[in-house]
Amino acid sequence: MGNNVVPALRGVDTQIQPGEFVAIMGPSGSGKSTFMNMVGALDTPTSGRLEIAGRNIAELDSDQLSALRNQTLGFVFQQFMLLPRTNAVDNVQLPLMYTRMNAGEKDRRARAALERVGLAERMDHTPSQLSGGQQQRVAIARALVNDPSMILADEPTGALDTATAEDIMGLFTDLNREGVTIVLVTHEEEIAAHARRTIRFRDGRIIEDTAGSELRAETNT
Amino acid sequence: MKHGIDPAISTALVTDAALTEKPGLHLSASLTIALKAIRTNAVRSFLTMLGIIIGIGAAIVSVSISQGAGQQLQEQIQSFGTHVLQVRPGSSFFGGRSRGAGTARPLTDRDVQALGQMNDVIEAVSGRVSAQVTLVNAGSNWPTSVSGVGPDFARIENRDITAGRNFSPAEVRAGDKVAIIGTTIVDELFGGGDPIGAKIRIDRTPVTVIGVLAEEGASSWGQDQDDTVWMPLETVRTRIARTADSVPDDAGRVYIKVWDHLDVLDVQSEIENVLRVRRNIQPGADDDFALINFAEFIRARNQTESLLGFLLAAFSATSLIVGGIGIMNIMLVSVTERTREIGLRRAVGARQRDVLTQFLVEATVLGLLGGILGMAFGMGATYLAAGLGDFPVLISPWTLAGAVAIAIFIAVFFGYYPARRASRLDPIEALRYE
Repeated sequence: MGNNVVPALRGVDTQIQPGEFVAIMGPSGSGKSTFMNMVGALDTPTSGRLEIAGRNIAELDSDQLSALRNQTLGFVFQQFMLLPRTNAVDNVQLPLMYTRMNAGEKDRRARAALERVGLAERMDHTPSQLSGGQQQRVAIARALVNDPSMILADEPTGALDTATAEDIMGLFTDLNREGVTIVLVTHEEEIAAHARRTIRFRDGRIIEDTAGSELRAETNT
Repeated sequence: MKHGIDPAISTALVTDAALTEKPGLHLSASLTIALKAIRTNAVRSFLTMLGIIIGIGAAIVSVSISQGAGQQLQEQIQSFGTHVLQVRPGSSFFGGRSRGAGTARPLTDRDVQALGQMNDVIEAVSGRVSAQVTLVNAGSNWPTSVSGVGPDFARIENRDITAGRNFSPAEVRAGDKVAIIGTTIVDELFGGGDPIGAKIRIDRTPVTVIGVLAEEGASSWGQDQDDTVWMPLETVRTRIARTADSVPDDAGRVYIKVWDHLDVLDVQSEIENVLRVRRNIQPGADDDFALINFAEFIRARNQTESLLGFLLAAFSATSLIVGGIGIMNIMLVSVTERTREIGLRRAVGARQRDVLTQFLVEATVLGLLGGILGMAFGMGATYLAAGLGDFPVLISPWTLAGAVAIAIFIAVFFGYYPARRASRLDPIEALRYE
């Protein structure tokens, strides 16, 4: 008993290029979470090959994976995951705490990231003094602060009302236009519609990938 | 308009060097996090530290008391002299077979003379008969004690005579009415003026002051050693204590100063044998005198007193272990409460050792704060105990530094397991933790 291990993902073969805006969709248990964890260098495949920023994940140890996440990835979560009783600037600086960077540079970068998400006026506010949408903007600033190759957002609008969700998606769209690669998980079609490419999972396999159609659409316009 | 991200950077491949780059130790950042966490749960943190506070406090009290007792012991031994023995009439008062002072055969001048002939081992010997008296000088009264002693007594007591002179052997033999007085007596009867040659009355006996003892101050158990009068033994026993009425040559208690280069314990049995022969004690019979080695006596007494120190030390160790377990417990709670924060930190790039460091720093800060509070508590309790119980204490900076170091060690030792557990959390599980 217990020997029939069911892999969470099977036969997945895909690439995400710099500058893309990808929505990952699928019912729970479809493998989309596992896919996101791997793309986020938080999990490693039991077989197959996964490269992030040109590095084979299987060849990296725990510390190197940490460094890879720190230098190339930004994370945005459904529940914002901000440190309580900590102001926006300090929250945004969190990833920089694990880098060699002087305090002045950390502060400058954190403030620049907050300006970029439209929170220039809320730098010193703690999460409890901010609305849900503002908290998520702080979280996005935190994901941006280390100039990542890619931002991974896990249901980033799941805890927000529709209007605020639209604002946040507008921010993601703007960031993508400026060149930031974005991969987001959602189960709402309206949210996924903001992305330029959608990958659908079911039972551990990719059942739909709009990459080709989008390219065609772009050539046609 | 473009902010920040340069596509050339964001698409660049990550190099080996970048991945193995060691971020600078962010101890100050960890310290900030730790202080914030402790401040946020101030009451809980304080309760956690109580064990450490009490343990460190008790440790400081116990060490300070035992060091104070040790210092007092040294002072007592110094003040008696390590080479001074006392002989009392009657069997040893350690043995519990005392036949009572009245029945004991007194020590006499002949015993003192016999001991005086052992000048290869004995540097000085003197009998001593004491009496409580009232001194009178021109209307000033002063109650004190008088000791009738031989001319060598100053050498045994290791005291100098700063003004005037010591007794002459002739004065001692004749029982002249002369006295050497301490500085307290000088102050009380002469208002600090020159007493040499002055006549005072001791009870009803007129006496001439011939010398003043060098000031000694209070002994370590608080007795004023300058509140004393020395007179020739013969004078005291015939005119003041009047012990000569029953035993004309009563020498009272006999004080012996053994040569410094000899081992007192070796000489003790030799002295005992001489006295047994002198006093015709049959082989196998008990001594009818007691030979007391002050240094040994004080050491023995202090050993029983150090039981208190031992109990306090045991209490302190128990408290510290309980305090350590308290820290471990609260750190485990802290790790559990902050599981998602740990997951977040790991996701944004914290290595396992960064998380380990963070929680170890938090434990260290708890230990340090507990140690400092315990230090304050311990010092307060020590001085309070010293004031109430009237015993000497010695709080040395080493005790305090050692106590804080122990507090930190305990905190790190017991904080390591929770910190390691935090560092080993799977980031995915931790992020998902509710």
